[in-house]
Parts: sequence; structure tokens; C-alpha cells
Amino acid sequence: MNDYVLQVSQLQKSFGAVKATNNLSLEIERGQVHALIGPNGAGKTTLIKQLCGELIPDSGTILFNNKNITAFPMPKRALLGMGRSFQVTSVFQQLTVKENIALAVQAHHGHSFHFWKPASKEETLEQATMQAMQRCGLLARADTIASSLSHGEMRQLDVGMALAGKPELLLLDEPMAGMGSGGSLKMTELIQELKGNTSVLLIEHDMQAVFSLADRITVLVYGEAIATGTAEEIQNNPQVQRAYLGDEQDNA
Amino acid sequence: MPFDASRFRTRTGVLLITGLLFLLLLPPVSSVMNESYLVSFFSRILIYALAAVSLDLIIGYGGMVSLGHAAFFGIGAYGVGFLTFHFQESTLFIFGFEGTDNALISWPFAIVFSAALAAIIGALSLRTSGIYFIMITLAFSQMFYYLFVSLEAYGGDDGLSLWSRNRLGPLDISNDTVFYYVCLVSLLVFLFISWRLVHSRFGRVVRGTRENELRMQTLGYATYRYKLVCFTIAGAGAGLAGALLANQNEFVSPGLMHWTHSGEILVMVLLGGMGTLFGPVLGAMAFLLMEEVLAAWTEHWMVFLGPFLIIVVLFAKKGLYGLLTGERHE
Repeated sequence: MNDYVLQVSQLQKSFGAVKATNNLSLEIERGQVHALIGPNGAGKTTLIKQLCGELIPDSGTILFNNKNITAFPMPKRALLGMGRSFQVTSVFQQLTVKENIALAVQAHHGHSFHFWKPASKEETLEQATMQAMQRCGLLARADTIASSLSHGEMRQLDVGMALAGKPELLLLDEPMAGMGSGGSLKMTELIQELKGNTSVLLIEHDMQAVFSLADRITVLVYGEAIATGTAEEIQNNPQVQRAYLGDEQDNA
Repeated sequence: MPFDASRFRTRTGVLLITGLLFLLLLPPVSSVMNESYLVSFFSRILIYALAAVSLDLIIGYGGMVSLGHAAFFGIGAYGVGFLTFHFQESTLFIFGFEGTDNALISWPFAIVFSAALAAIIGALSLRTSGIYFIMITLAFSQMFYYLFVSLEAYGGDDGLSLWSRNRLGPLDISNDTVFYYVCLVSLLVFLFISWRLVHSRFGRVVRGTRENELRMQTLGYATYRYKLVCFTIAGAGAGLAGALLANQNEFVSPGLMHWTHSGEILVMVLLGGMGTLFGPVLGAMAFLLMEEVLAAWTEHWMVFLGPFLIIVVLFAKKGLYGLLTGERHE
């Protein structure tokens, strides 16, 4: 029997006449990297939004660790162990790198109705924050205001915040978007290290990264999963070649 | 731009210590100068500063732009007004309670009264955000304005006159100088509490929510609760300011709750610098000084305030506080 961290079945979401998610079913095995690819507008980000609770599906169910979380609000899902990074970098621009990471850490250390003690003097938070900064390679930038980071560093911070809560499932929406090759490589290494411990749902346009990282790949076209399989199976699938890879070659 | 932490601390420290010395020495100096009027004028400034600091907690730190803050100010004033009125008339207040002129009862009552109302208004208003939040807080404060205008038993439109200031333990606050120091201590205590608050875990969450609420939720924060608690604390601060103002003026009226009054407190925060805590104290001082000086000269004194506000907001990101300290970030 397979051990699934996430099971999505028959998910539907429409915006007016547009079916953004169409009868979509998907399973992610614990500890694996599962990539989600597809042309622009295939509904990849819409799916992530439904998984983390920003959007509520019209129908279908989402099981996280065998628990039905379809109607759970975002914060509850996050505390159950779902981390998310954003396609468009979403960090706290006016706060320092350290404060950004600390907020991510603090969310998983009990409630935050502590009104008196300075947050920077809470030892357990401080240690966990330092570790998390080290992990995403931003320790040297701890006191930099987030808005003055480079684009690549902001992407690192975005993913670092998602990781700081030690999630069981990490939803990564194009973590390498707009990064140079050096940055992509670093990010690939980071995701590689997660394998086995953290399950990852990865949306990425960088095919080289996808094929080297993903244990399984699902191809999404018009909100529908047209194929799921290993990298090899997907590359050799004629339907996929026509719908997705073929298109890309035509454009090139 | 390199961030020079030492310079930033020195300038801020000098400003804060100078300000504190100025406020501490104001009563003896003004009595030497035979300008005792200054003491009660500055009591008023301290009271408005307290209200502005409390508004800064929700606007500057929480990112919740409220145009209804004067409602809590007014409710605090009426909290004292009700109790003092029933004490004077020797009649019963609600639930068989008697009135009182004891500040140790009526001021906490005013604070709790305002905080409770802030919790209710906040619980409803915080379901919206942005322009809707501004409008709904404005609507609530207007609702309370008209409610108090219609309370004939408490003077309605004309307001309530208090015969004297409250009793505060051994302190004789009918003496303007004593009352001034009571206001100063209240402001300093509230500033200290707010300072601890914004640097605590709670404060960090509130600032994060101002920056990016969606991200906060995906990190696992039920942001609504934190915003509501912040809104309630600010309401309590405004309630204390109201209680003090009722004593200062020995008079309360529904005009305190009018939305234009909320606007004035908002202008103080903007002038002084949002998200700086100490800035709104400067803002209240600048606003009331301008009003005092210019209004003696022309009743259209706002003609000067308007351009001044625009210049400060356009050219000084953190208001007067930012200009004086050179601070750019919190």
C-alpha cells in the first residue's frame, strides 16, 4: 500500500465558463518530488491555491495525511504542515530577512499572543530562525531589509520562509522563475536535499530542473491532468508531446 | 545605502530625552514666565497625543486605516461623564450602580467601556479591508455620534457639564499642574506599553499582517484575531484619552465622536509619522500649536494646515519624527 501525503480527487473549479480545474485527481507519495507541468494558463497556480486554501474548490476532495482538509482555512492547513512559496515573490518587504524568517518560524511555535517580552529575546525562536536562515543560505543577509535583496535572494527568502515551518508538504510555485543559472542550480540542490523528508509539489518551467528532480510528473492542460508518470514515461507519451512539448518546439 | 545604526540611535535618543525634559519642565518654567495658561494647553496636547499614539498602533503598525477612532475617544469621555453625572444627581446608573467621582473607578470604567466597544466594532469592521474598512469605521462612529445626540437624559446635543474634576486618590487634579503631570504619566505609561507591544511576538505578527496578509495566512496565522486584539487595545488607549479630556474640559459632548474629530487625530498621526509611536506625540503638538496660533489670527487657519500637511507627507516619509531623527525604517 502506498503512503500518500496528499490525495486530490475529482477537483473542480470554474471561473464563469472557464474550467480552471477540471476533474483533477492527483496523489503525492510521502518524501517524493512531484512536478506539475503544463502550458501557461493550464491551471497550475489555481490548483496550488486550492491546495493551500486561498481558493475553495467547487467540488471534489483534498486529503492531507488522510485528513479531509477541503474546507479548512489557510492558517489551519499551514499549521498541519503545508508550506507554500509564491510565483510572484511574496515576502515582507519592509522587514529584515531575519524578521521575515522569524515570522515563519514563530507561526509554528504556539500562539503569538505574547504582548510583553521582546520577540528578539525568545531563545527558542532565535535558534530556529538562525537555522532556517542558514538552510536557505541567507544568514549573511540577516539584517538586510527584504526590499533591498536581489531578485534571486528574494526567491531564496520566499522558499526559505516556506521551509522554516518544517512542512511535510511543500508547494513550490516556480521557485526558479527569473533566476540566473547559478541560482537555479542552488535551488535545485536545495530541493534535492529535501527528498525523502519533505514531500514537494513543484511547478516549474525549467525542464532540465524538472526532469532531474521529479520522481513523478503530472501534465496539466486546460485544468485537466492528461498524464502522470516518471520523467521517461512523460517524455515518451505521445499525447503529452502533442499537447505540451510539441507546442514548445513549434514556438522555438 | 549603508545603514548607520549608531547615528540613528543617538539622534533618536537626543530627540526623546529633549522632548521628555521639555515636557517635565514645562509647568515650573511657565509659572516663572507667568504663562500658567500653557499648562492646561499642554495637558490638552498630551491627551491628544495619547489618542494619536493609540491610533498609530492600528494605522501605523496594523495597517488598518480607521476613520472612526474618535468614537472610542468620545465613549471614554462619556464613560467618565455618565458616572460623574449620576454622582452629581445622586441617581442610579444602569444595573443599580451608583455614579462616582472617584477616578480610580471611573477611568478604568471608561477604558473598559471603550475597549469593549472597539472589540464589537472591530469584530464587524475587520471582515472588510481597504476602503471598505475606512467607510465602515466612519459609519460606526457617526452612528454613535447620532446616538449620543439623541440621548436627551444626558444633555443630547448640548453635552454634559461636570461640576468638577474627579478625585484621584491623594492627588488634587483640580490643580492644573497636578493634572498636567497625571496626563504626562498616562501618556508615558501608554507609550511604554505600546513600545513593548510592537516589539513583542504579537507586534511582529501585526506588522507582518500590515505588510502582507495573504503571506501571513499561508504561514499559519489566523490574522483576523491578531488584528482584532490590536484594534481593541487601541480602543482602550483612546478611552483613557477620552477620560482625561472629560476631566480637562469638565465637559463632554457628542462632538467628540464626530468623524471630523477622527480626521483630526488621523492628521496628527500623519504629521508626526505613521508607525513611529513617538511621532504622533509630535504630530499632536504641531497640530494643536498651529490651531492655537493661527486660529487667533484667522478662523480659516486650516488653509495653512492643509499645505503644511501635504508638504510633510510628500517630503518626509516618517513625518516630523522622520525629519528630526533621520530614521527611514522602523
